[in-house]
Amino acid sequence: MHQIIERLEEKRAAARLGGGEARIVKQHQKGKLTARERIELFLDPGSFEEWDMFVEHRCVDFGMEGQKVPGDGVVTGYGTVNGRLVFVFSQDFTVFGGSLSQAHAEKICKIMDHAIKVGAPVIGLNDSGGARIQEGVDSLAGYADVFQRNVMASGVIPQISMIMGPCAGGAVYSPAMTDFIFMVQDSSYMFVTGPEVVKTVTHETVTAEELGGALTHSGKSGVSDLAFENDVEALLMLRRFVNFLPANNREKPPVWPCDDPTDRMEPSLDTLIPDDPNKPYDMKELIHKIVDEGDFFELQPNYAGNILTGFGRMQGSTVGIVANQPMVLAGCLDIDSSRKAARFVRFCDAFNIPVVTLVDVPGFLPGTSQEYGGIIKHGAKLLYAYAEATVPKVTLITRKAYGGAYDVMSSKHLRGDVNLAWPSAEIAVMGPKGAVEIIFRADSGDEEKIKARTEEYRSKFANPFVAGSRGFIDDVIMPHATRKRICRSLAMLKEKKLENPWRKHGNIPL
Amino acid sequence: MFKKILIANRGEIACRVIKSCRRLGIQTVAVYSDADRDALHARMADEKVHVGAAASAESYLVMERIIDACKETGAEAVHPGYGFLSENAAFCQKLEAAGIAFIGPAPHAITSMGDKITSKKLAEAAGVNTVPGHTGVIEDADHAVKIAAEIGYPVMLKASAGGGGKGMRIAWDEAECRDGFERATNEARSSFGDDRVFVEKYIEEPRHIEIQVMADSHGNCVYLGERECSIQRRHQKVIEEAPSPFLDEATRQAMGEQAVALAKAVQYRSAGTVEFIVDKERNFYFLEMNTRLQVEHPVTELITGLDLVELMIRVAAGDKLPVTQDDIKLTGWAMESRVYAEDPFRDFMPSIGRLVRYHQPPESPHVRVDTGVHEGGEVSMYYDPMIAKLVTWGKDRNEAILHMQEALDRYHIRGVLHNISFLNALMAHPRFQEGRLSTNFIAEEYPEGFRPADVPREDPAHAILVAALVHRRYMDRAANISGQVAGYERQVHDDWTVLVEGVAHHVHVRPENGGYHVDYDDRQFAVQCDWQLGQPLFRVEIDDKTVWFQVERDGIRYRLFHRGAEIDALVLAPGIAHFQDLMPEKLPPDLSKFLLSPMPGLLVKVSVSEGQEVKAGEELAVIEAMKMENVLRAQQDGVVSKIVADAGASLSVDQAIMEFA
Repeated sequence: MHQIIERLEEKRAAARLGGGEARIVKQHQKGKLTARERIELFLDPGSFEEWDMFVEHRCVDFGMEGQKVPGDGVVTGYGTVNGRLVFVFSQDFTVFGGSLSQAHAEKICKIMDHAIKVGAPVIGLNDSGGARIQEGVDSLAGYADVFQRNVMASGVIPQISMIMGPCAGGAVYSPAMTDFIFMVQDSSYMFVTGPEVVKTVTHETVTAEELGGALTHSGKSGVSDLAFENDVEALLMLRRFVNFLPANNREKPPVWPCDDPTDRMEPSLDTLIPDDPNKPYDMKELIHKIVDEGDFFELQPNYAGNILTGFGRMQGSTVGIVANQPMVLAGCLDIDSSRKAARFVRFCDAFNIPVVTLVDVPGFLPGTSQEYGGIIKHGAKLLYAYAEATVPKVTLITRKAYGGAYDVMSSKHLRGDVNLAWPSAEIAVMGPKGAVEIIFRADSGDEEKIKARTEEYRSKFANPFVAGSRGFIDDVIMPHATRKRICRSLAMLKEKKLENPWRKHGNIPL
Repeated sequence: MFKKILIANRGEIACRVIKSCRRLGIQTVAVYSDADRDALHARMADEKVHVGAAASAESYLVMERIIDACKETGAEAVHPGYGFLSENAAFCQKLEAAGIAFIGPAPHAITSMGDKITSKKLAEAAGVNTVPGHTGVIEDADHAVKIAAEIGYPVMLKASAGGGGKGMRIAWDEAECRDGFERATNEARSSFGDDRVFVEKYIEEPRHIEIQVMADSHGNCVYLGERECSIQRRHQKVIEEAPSPFLDEATRQAMGEQAVALAKAVQYRSAGTVEFIVDKERNFYFLEMNTRLQVEHPVTELITGLDLVELMIRVAAGDKLPVTQDDIKLTGWAMESRVYAEDPFRDFMPSIGRLVRYHQPPESPHVRVDTGVHEGGEVSMYYDPMIAKLVTWGKDRNEAILHMQEALDRYHIRGVLHNISFLNALMAHPRFQEGRLSTNFIAEEYPEGFRPADVPREDPAHAILVAALVHRRYMDRAANISGQVAGYERQVHDDWTVLVEGVAHHVHVRPENGGYHVDYDDRQFAVQCDWQLGQPLFRVEIDDKTVWFQVERDGIRYRLFHRGAEIDALVLAPGIAHFQDLMPEKLPPDLSKFLLSPMPGLLVKVSVSEGQEVKAGEELAVIEAMKMENVLRAQQDGVVSKIVADAGASLSVDQAIMEFA
């Protein structure tokens, strides 16, 4: 017995050391923390329960039988974030470069199975060189086992990937199937094929950072939701992010005490909309002034900036916010912004998070690049996402709501629960100028007439009253009372129950 | 007495005049331009009249519109405020012709004092000390150089019609004199439509001290003590105070009497200011007389107890001055800070935009805020970027400074950049506190421009403690989140590590007596705070002393603002704080390859061409913003590889103008 306890201690010590002092020093020199240090930062102090510390790989080829490290390159288990249960795996780059063996994959699968069973989020801290090549197809099987579980968990429990090192080849497809991908600047990259292969195949010369670094994916590709400066920032912000999420699809989002009065007036919002309808304003100001304490956790801030997505709280409880941003491309909908918002709305819907939509949209972006890129199908994604969503949906039109984009942006017609408008709202098929040019084509050239017609169109449609007369707008509210009115609507909708007809699954235009 | 007054101005001064009118039971009429539809002065007045487009030349400066507005509303008198039409004799004459009273001096006083050359001659005749110089108009650069050589360098080139620092240049040698003449002439033309420039001796270690006079139309004139306005930046006043820490009673009286003599010499009526330059021996020389209400008049009001606007209105209505010189008693000390929309860390470049957040300190017997803005308002490119005047009063200078420091700590502005931190740094500057002022103070004390590191820290413990407290509050709240595992709820610890500028501070924060007990650096603090999470203002009582901080949450960090200092703090549990040491330092991107516009403005001129070699200090481009020409010079030797913006373009902040190889 005594001997066994001694051996246990030895094994634990070996597991804790991972790939050994030298590799830990090297990891630190790269500005990266070790797998265990990352867990320590992320979870509540002392809350981590580790599983499978003694798991070892079973490979006997290429001399692997003599190289075994307890834990086999990934630390798994569960713990709490502010007392709430989460499952975690953290890949250990110091052990075989964090490469994925069959045993390594089994460890990840084990915590995923448990997470699905008990209904708690899975957080992956990825830092892996890729497949354990020595294991061949066993390693590939391991990946697929993880992929399958990612899909089974999708929409059941939140899954978050924090990319904190390399993540290349097939390995990218596990994070790709999780709900959110975060990356660490300068130390992480993701790509399907690396710079060397790119060079041989397409003769492009590109660095790993340019090809798949945090800035590339958070700015150009939109693969990543956020890029953090370093491991410490990434993991502490991840804690804050988890605070927004419900543990699973059967729960409502978490609530915490909030001092910020729900009836807080913001007189300055009365001057947010400029006199000139073509002048932009910052939609973020509206978001910051209506959410609790001005705390808005924005996602994909550097990608498709014409639409804003992120989480805030109202009355202490999470809301998802989708808002057109007039500062970028006049806030129009295009391929990227439609995809960005659609995926976000679907996440909120899957996890019972009410969606607040702030609308100032002049329409869809015209042009060949958009049509050739398939804006029809991509725009349809956002339409589909809003239309199928059964969570509480509160919509506010601040200024423009033109054409098909009006329909898309959580309109009454897509089962919007509460649809509000500011007095500055203009709900029409298009702007007055464009409309008059079509309706009164015969008058083109006669500036006086066109001007008069434009004024006529403006006074008829460039206001919320026609939509209001149809009941498409529930009320016209003063900007300063926006927070109060949205909070009240959300409180009313708290117990909303709405179900879509049974089906195997819908067929979203992917 | 007038029943209705129109205020031919905007911003804080219009609001300030409206306040006095209200107190006197006089109806008010505001005028406003397109850019000022939502402005505070238009909201405050009983009536408002639209007078034109945003540019002041098309609205506030159009005399006919103002006069029409008076007729439309039945206003019997016009208060011009300062700037705009306040020192325009033609305007007074037109008003007179229309039978509307001008609340200010008679046209001849304005004309004679408005011209620097005439005023200097008049001053000499009235027995007022004047600066050696040439009172004639300069014909050209050669003439300027010739006269400068006679007076002796350094010399000052000044727009004859100038004021407020516009059209003023100092020259230390012949080349600068030529260059300065050109620039002063250009600025004079664009700002005042009058390109006459004159030259005079430039006095070193000068102080700017001015005398407030008030005269009625019955031949009575009093002086209301002095104001020291030596803290200036590019001849723009930043801080003013009354009285001056430099003057003795004899000098004060001599200056006051000369000022009154000058006023009487031009049959002056209303409020006026005689500006003097004072050297280190307390010799004083007449600079100019401002025939209007000065921006900085509140400091005089706070130490004399008089309402200058009220007196102006009364004497304009023909009343006798209600006070004589013997009645004037100076009580206590008043200090004024001009709060500007500008970037103190980037050479005070003007900043424009929406006031996303605007919260001023509450007024009290010690604090007065004269402002013309409100949250959600706009600081526009069309007008002066002054947001407000913050004025404090204390029994003595030290107390006035303390009140100013606290008021600045409580001044919260977001959306535009502002100089609050700079003002607070000045207040904390030992030389300022000693009263050793000069108009070169800012140039001498901040030779490299104002940098965050220039700010003295009062008690660094306070910032550390506040950061720990803020963090503790957030952690305590997070620990109350729903859905926790029963029996394994989050426990918030009392010990924290606060990282500031790479140094770890260990702080123990424990709830006690409805507040907190804090241990830090072998010191114990009893702390009370009623802070609501997310609020920008953090009031904390540390050992019964009230201290104000501004707190911003930026990702995982807290940014604290206090006494002009900006402190970035990261608060971590002690067990994980060492991980931060392992994080690599990230360098900001290299911008030296670009010439970026430091401010929003009009690109007047690109002085170089592609492929041209430039030497450090060479002129690259000229930007006009807020009617000032700003020359952008090469920071280092290099070659211009590409011009990105062309002359005539309107630039935003940080927009690239050219690239270097």
